[in-house]
Amino acid sequence: MNAQELSWLALWGAVALYAIAMVASSIHLARVADAKVAAKTRAKAAVAAGGVADERPAPASALRAGSEPEVRVRSRAAGIAKSTTLVGAILNGIGVVARGIEAGHAPWSTMYEYTITGTFVAVVVFLIVQSRRDVSYLAPGVTGFATIALGIGMTVLYEASTGLRPALQSFWLVVHVSIAIIATGVLIVGAVATVLQLMRDYRDSGTAWLQRFRWIEAVPEPAKLEALAFRLHAVGFVLWTFTVMAGAVWAEHSWGRYWGWDPKEVWSFVIWVIYAAYLHARTTQGWAGRRSAVLALIGFVALIMNFTVVNIFFQGMHTYA
Amino acid sequence: MARVKIDNYAYANVPRLGFVGWLRWIWRQVTSMRVALILLILLALASIPGSVLPQWPQDAANTQGFIDENPFWGPLLDRLGFLDVFGSAWFTAIYLLLFASLIGCIIPRCLVYWRELRAPVPPAPTRLDRYEPVTASAPQGARVVMRNAEFALSPEVSPRSGERGGRQSRRLVHRPRLWRWFADYLIRVDERERRGDDADSELALSAHKGHVRELGNLIFHVSLVAILIAMATGSMLTYRGQALIVVGDTFTNAVVAYDSYESGALFSEDQLEPWTLTLDDFEAEFDLVGLPTEFTAYATLTEPGQEPRQVETQVNRPIQVEGAKIYLQGNGYAPVFTITDADGNVAFEGAVPFLPQDDVYTSTGVIKVPDVTSGEQLGFTATLLPTAVVDGDTAQSLHPSPANPVIYLQAYTGDLGLDDGVPQNVYELDESQLSPVRGDDGQPLVVEMQLGDTIELPDGLGTVTWEELPRFAAFDLRRDPTLPWLLGSAIAALVGLSMSLFAPRRRIWLVAPLKPHAGRKTTVVEAAAWAPAHDTAVREELERVLVAATGRLTEAAPTPEER
Repeated sequence: MNAQELSWLALWGAVALYAIAMVASSIHLARVADAKVAAKTRAKAAVAAGGVADERPAPASALRAGSEPEVRVRSRAAGIAKSTTLVGAILNGIGVVARGIEAGHAPWSTMYEYTITGTFVAVVVFLIVQSRRDVSYLAPGVTGFATIALGIGMTVLYEASTGLRPALQSFWLVVHVSIAIIATGVLIVGAVATVLQLMRDYRDSGTAWLQRFRWIEAVPEPAKLEALAFRLHAVGFVLWTFTVMAGAVWAEHSWGRYWGWDPKEVWSFVIWVIYAAYLHARTTQGWAGRRSAVLALIGFVALIMNFTVVNIFFQGMHTYA
Repeated sequence: MARVKIDNYAYANVPRLGFVGWLRWIWRQVTSMRVALILLILLALASIPGSVLPQWPQDAANTQGFIDENPFWGPLLDRLGFLDVFGSAWFTAIYLLLFASLIGCIIPRCLVYWRELRAPVPPAPTRLDRYEPVTASAPQGARVVMRNAEFALSPEVSPRSGERGGRQSRRLVHRPRLWRWFADYLIRVDERERRGDDADSELALSAHKGHVRELGNLIFHVSLVAILIAMATGSMLTYRGQALIVVGDTFTNAVVAYDSYESGALFSEDQLEPWTLTLDDFEAEFDLVGLPTEFTAYATLTEPGQEPRQVETQVNRPIQVEGAKIYLQGNGYAPVFTITDADGNVAFEGAVPFLPQDDVYTSTGVIKVPDVTSGEQLGFTATLLPTAVVDGDTAQSLHPSPANPVIYLQAYTGDLGLDDGVPQNVYELDESQLSPVRGDDGQPLVVEMQLGDTIELPDGLGTVTWEELPRFAAFDLRRDPTLPWLLGSAIAALVGLSMSLFAPRRRIWLVAPLKPHAGRKTTVVEAAAWAPAHDTAVREELERVLVAATGRLTEAAPTPEER
C-alpha cells in the first residue's frame, strides 16, 4: 500500500466514523434533552407542591442560581460518539500526513488538501474543548459538518497531488496557509456554538417552529453558549488576523505588493471586518446577544464563501487549485 | 429647562444647537460605538463589489471589456466608482469616517486609562452578597491571611528550580516589577469598620486585574491608525516599475527603461539609483505534464561605485538593491528576428518578447518594422508554439519547453500608425491602416517557420529570418520605505489584539474581621470574585487564592439561617 492509497482509505474511514459519531451524538443529545425536561418537570412539581424539604439539594440549588438542573446522562451512544470521533480524527490526521508524504510538500496547496486539513483541525479543536469541559452538545454539529465537508472533499474536490508551482514554494505557505486552516477550524466550532445559541434563544422565547426540536433542551442556556462561542471566535479572530498579516508579508515577498485587492484578499478583509463588527457588537447595547450572534454567522458564511465561491468563480492571483 | 411642545409651530423653548452644537452632536454620533459598528458593516458590504466586478487597478483590460460589453451598466457603474471600488469616493468616505470614529474613541480612552493607571484600586465593596461569596476559616489571624493572599495574587519572588553542579536546587527569584504589573493583580488592603458593628473592624483586600486588557485594546486601535498612516505615506514615497529583460540584455534603472513606471507624489525620478542589471541566464523547469516547478533568473547586478555581483532570483526570492526589491514576475520567449526590406537592407534586427497566453506557453507577439528604405511599412503578428504538434489543419503546443518550436507568422503592409504621436501598445498591431499580405489564393498568408528558417515574403517585400529563441524574464521593481513601519505596526496590532482578547479582567475581594469570632479561634474569611461571563476560570482562581491564604478549602456559602 502506498501513501496515496493509505491516505484515501484513512480519509474514507474518517468520513464513515464521523457519520457514526454524528448519529450517536445526536442520540445522546436527545437523551440529555429528555433527562433535562424530566428534571425540570420534577422541579416544577416539587415547587408547586410546596415541598422543598423532601427533594432539597438538586432543585433548590438549581432554583437559587436561576440556572438549569444539572443532569448527567450516561448512555452507550455517548461512548460510541466519543470513540468514533477520536478514531475518526486520528484517521483523518493519518490521511493528511500520508497526502503530504505522497505530494512531497505540506498538503495545503489545493482545495482538496485545504478541506481535509480543515476538517481535521475543526474536529481536533472540538476534542480539545471537550477534554476541558463537557461540550458534547457541539458534537452533532461538528461531526456533521466534518462528514459533509470531508465527503465533498473526497468526491468532488479530489485532485491528484502535483508538485508545488514556483509561486507556492515558500516557507510562508506553511505559515500563512496552516494558520488560515487552523483559524477556519476554530471558527467552524465557534459557528456551531453560535447556531445552537440562537436556536436555544429563539426556542426559549417561543419561536413556533423550534418548539418541535426537543433536543435543543440539551444545550446550555444562550448566555453560556455565547460565552463559549466568544472564546472560540476570539481565538479564531486573532488567528485570522495573523493569516491576513502573514499573507500580506508573503504577497510582498512574492508579488511585490503587500495588498492588491485580489478577490481572495478582498474576502479575507471582509471576513476580518465582519468578525471585528461581531466583537464590537458584543459590547454594544442593543446588539449584544442575538444581533452579534447573527453577525458571527454572517462572518462564517463569508468564510465559507471565500473558500468555495471565490476559489471557483473569481479570477485572481490566489487561483491555484 | 426646555419645554418641548408637540406642536408644529412651537419649538421656541428648545435650545437651538447652533453651529458648534451641531458639530458636537455630529462628533458624538461619529464616535459612538453604534455608528462605528454600522460603519464596519458598511465597510464589509462596500468591499464586496470589488471582488465581483472587474477593477481598473487590478485588471484594466478586463474592465474595459466589461464596459464595452455592457453599454448601459458599464459606464454607469464606472461613473459610480464600482469599477474602482477601493479608490472610490464612497469607500474612502467609509473608512475615513471609521478612522475618525476610532480616533475620537481612543483619545479619550487613552486619557481615562492614563488617569486610571495612577488612581488607586477601588476598595472592596462593603457587601459581597451580590457576587456569590464563599468563605473559608483560617487558624491564623486576619493580617497573616491577607499577607498570604497578597503573595498568592502577586508574589514578589517565585521559586525557580534549576540544576547547579549536577544537583537539583531551588532558589527564589525576584520577579521584575514590570512583569508583576503585567501579569499580576493590582492590590489594596484597607482596614475599615465592620458593617453593622462599630466596635469591630475588618481587613478588606481588593485585587483588580484588567489594565492589560485595556492597554492591549488601546495598542491595537492605535496600531490600526499607524498602519493606515504607514500605507498612506508609503503610497507617496513609493515607486514601482515593470521591465522585461531578454537573456543577454542589460537593464539600466531609469524611467525610460521601464515598460511601465509609476511613482508616488513625493518620489522624484532623480532619486532612482543608476544601477544596471544584466540577465545572464534564465532557467525554467517544468514537469512532464507541463506544470512549472522552478524558475530561476541568473543576473549580474552593478550598483554605482561597487563591484558587479552575481545575483540569483526566484519567484519567492526577490533581489535587494538600494532599498528596493526586484521581483521575478513572469517569463516567456523572445524570438530573435532579422527582417530585410524590399531593397535587401536590414530593416529590423532583435528580440521580440512574445507574451504567453496559456499554461503551455502558446505565445503571441507583434513585430513592427517602420524603418523600411522604400515602400510601405511592415507589420507582423505571430504565434509561437514551443512544442508544436500538428494535427490536420490545427496545431497546438503540448508542453511549455521549446522541444519543437514553431512560429506562425502573418504579415501586413501599410501604415503602422507610429507617427501619430499617440502611444501604442507594443504587443498589439493597429490594423486600421494595414492590409494583410495575401498569398496566391487571395487569402491572408500565414507562414509556418522553424527555428533558423528564412522566409521570403511575396511580391518581393523582403525576408524574415528567425535566428534564435532566448527567454525573457519580467521583473517588477518596488521601493516602499515604509514597509518596516508597516510591519512593526501590524505586529503591534496583533500583540495588542491578543492582549485585549485574552488578558483576563477580574476582581477578587477578601474580607476578614480583625478580631476572631466570639467563642471561636479561627478567622472566617469571606471572598468573592467577579469576571465577564465568558471567563469561567475565575472561580478556580478564587479557590487557589483562598487555599493559599488560609490553607483550607472553601466551605459552602452560609445559608441565610446560619448567618
